[in-house]
Amino acid sequence: MTAELGHFALILAMFIAMVQATLPLIGAQRNMPVWVELANPASYIQLALTTFAFACLLHVYLISDFTVVNVVQNSHTDKPLIYKIAGTWGNHEGSLLLWVFILALFGAAVALFGRNLPPAFKARVLSVQAMIAIGFYLFMLLTSNPFERISPAPLNGTDLNPLLQDPGLAIHPPLLYLGYVGFSVAFSFAIAALIEGRVDAAWARWVRPWTLAAWVFLTGGIVLGSWWAYYELGWGGWWFWDPVENASFMPWLAGTALLHSAVVVEKRDTLKGWTVLLAIVAFSMSLLGTFIVRSGVLTSVHAFATDPTRGVFILLLLAIVIGGSLALFAWRGPQLKGSGLFQPISREGALLFNNLVMATGLAAVLLGTLYPLFIDVVGGAKISVGAPFFNAVFLPLMVPMIIAMALGPFLNWKRGDVMPALARLRFVAILALAAGAAAWSIETDGPFMGVIGIALAVWLGGGVIAEVCERIHLFKAPIAESFRRLNRMPRATWGMSFAHFGMALAIAGMSGAGGWKVESIQTMKPGETITVSGYDYRFDGATSSKGPNYSVIAGSFTVFKDGQEFTVLKPEKRFYPVTQMPTTEAAIHTTLMGDLYAVIGDEEGTDGSFVTRIYYNPLVVWMWIGTVVMMFGGALSISDRRHRVGVPQRSKTPVIAKPTASV
Amino acid sequence: MKRKHKRLTFVGVALLLLAAAAALVLTAFEESIVFFYSPTDLVTKNPEPDRRLRLGGLVVDDSIEKQGGGLVQFRVTDTAETVNVSFTGLLPDLFREGQGVVAEGRFVNGVFMADEVLAKHDENYMPPEVAEALKKSGQWKHNEEVEYQ
Repeated sequence: MTAELGHFALILAMFIAMVQATLPLIGAQRNMPVWVELANPASYIQLALTTFAFACLLHVYLISDFTVVNVVQNSHTDKPLIYKIAGTWGNHEGSLLLWVFILALFGAAVALFGRNLPPAFKARVLSVQAMIAIGFYLFMLLTSNPFERISPAPLNGTDLNPLLQDPGLAIHPPLLYLGYVGFSVAFSFAIAALIEGRVDAAWARWVRPWTLAAWVFLTGGIVLGSWWAYYELGWGGWWFWDPVENASFMPWLAGTALLHSAVVVEKRDTLKGWTVLLAIVAFSMSLLGTFIVRSGVLTSVHAFATDPTRGVFILLLLAIVIGGSLALFAWRGPQLKGSGLFQPISREGALLFNNLVMATGLAAVLLGTLYPLFIDVVGGAKISVGAPFFNAVFLPLMVPMIIAMALGPFLNWKRGDVMPALARLRFVAILALAAGAAAWSIETDGPFMGVIGIALAVWLGGGVIAEVCERIHLFKAPIAESFRRLNRMPRATWGMSFAHFGMALAIAGMSGAGGWKVESIQTMKPGETITVSGYDYRFDGATSSKGPNYSVIAGSFTVFKDGQEFTVLKPEKRFYPVTQMPTTEAAIHTTLMGDLYAVIGDEEGTDGSFVTRIYYNPLVVWMWIGTVVMMFGGALSISDRRHRVGVPQRSKTPVIAKPTASV
Repeated sequence: MKRKHKRLTFVGVALLLLAAAAALVLTAFEESIVFFYSPTDLVTKNPEPDRRLRLGGLVVDDSIEKQGGGLVQFRVTDTAETVNVSFTGLLPDLFREGQGVVAEGRFVNGVFMADEVLAKHDENYMPPEVAEALKKSGQWKHNEEVEYQ
């Protein structure tokens, strides 16, 4: 019964979405306030219905109702509670339900928090949201119904893929989807602006918090996925330029560019068409991401099972959304003329430079990700484009951007001057060069990019600190005056400083782990000791035991540093009998200088010897700390009061904007 | 500077960036595109040892030999031809005899020296390239199709 109720709620939600997609839009065009006002209750009802549907799916998982196919394929009575819950979205159908649920959540949030939006504009935004929702409801109901029944019901389920039975991965999909779907709000704002034919400072301020929220969630989702790959796959790596990773990275690049260009629209009333285009691209990349993960068209370490009909449906959806919005942009975009004059050397110039590099990087990643598919479709050879391509193209592009990233905040709006900015950064520059030299001297045969990375991290981190000092007139004014300025700094400014500083920390982590990783693979007898990066690892043998739904072989290493016992590492190899799948649980000891990382492989011979893999990953922890700091910066920026009070007042706010009313 | 000149400056910067990116892409493509070979392709085309390739097929039953020190040797087949593979490292968790596998490395003196064996996240998942290679050699049976979907 529960499953049918959930199914019914989804169908109802689709019809509500159809009403929401049409009537408010027509009402806004024809100036009919009653129809315009339909948008709000419709989005609340949609949220209620999808929440109900999601709760139904959750319920059948919790009671292990094996008359539902989805539960049979992804659950098992022995599975711990948290993974029964996570199982609802750890599969294709359930993750789509999560997708529409989050979409409805954002729609209702816009209805609720968008009180200061002009009613007609808000109605258009909510209508566009509903159009996206219709596409996904149809997709679910026609090709991927999570509530499908099976008869006769089996006695037990086939369990969730054990690799996904992990706390980090339990919350990775919701976070990632909050990011993906969050960009739908920016997209809807952009489409509504195109329909109205105007984009102004107020528009930029409305878009910014939603984009920031999506960006924070997406950053969190990507990092959780990366962290999971780091400790769960047991390869000691954290980023593989895998198509699915790229799929989440591309909307991040577009979203980051959008955040920065929206600032230019707000402050300088220019770059309007470009910003609208970025909003469209960011959401298109999110859809493409969903497509890549869900369709299985690309060989990937993540690929789920494939189903061609689904692929065709998503491809169609992509064509309609991306093609339609770009066509609208081509038609109405030229009306979005900016008024601000533009000097190349200025704050907005630096932001534009960021945008150009981000867009170029995005294009490169997109090319590398889709090129094998393209060659395959035109009947060429089967090829793959791997990490070397992305490292060779993407990393060099980032170097000038990070140099500009420290410099940009020192430039004034309208007309900046590079020389004074450089002069203020001279100590930071010296420091950065020294850090690079130090990194090079410690390990002379280390990779070039690692050395550059360390120097850039110091340059950017130092630049951020120097900028904050400059802003509060430290040592130039009395200390009380500096303190007063520090207190008065707007949260959005703090947000920028934190986000940029987090980026610097993350760059340090990536350079360390990417450049100076030490790897050692060997067979070890119990009692044998090997030395990796100054730490002595003694293998103390392995024991077997049982977990809730798996069996375990746990190895034990005692690690010594300079003869002193330092830590004990207990890597595990688990075997899940239901799915017949083994998993690797790496043992990691984190220090601020680097991670000690041990993995145990298969037994060899009869004397208790095991294949072992030991890594030293320098500075890895700074990558995680850095991204958390970035997310904190984003959240701080959302909380800036100018996003909430007063400001979003349009100079002359017509209830129904004429399509020709461009500024 | 006039407005027109400014716009030209931006277009110039954008073009410069794109040109740099294009140059990077072209050089990187030259070096880092990895072609996919089935065992039959490997045997018939016999590619240069300095070329990075991907090899895909099924792991032959009872062919996995552990040589100690993490060195593993196994054979990969598309049932028409079979190729010896040598790999040092921990095999992915789902590496199993009779299952599809994708290995990346170089073909040296008749042995495929793999430095990476692609992991799968699902035991039923068959890399599309492997499925295609099997189809080509006529070994794609209907029941397999069901199984590997």
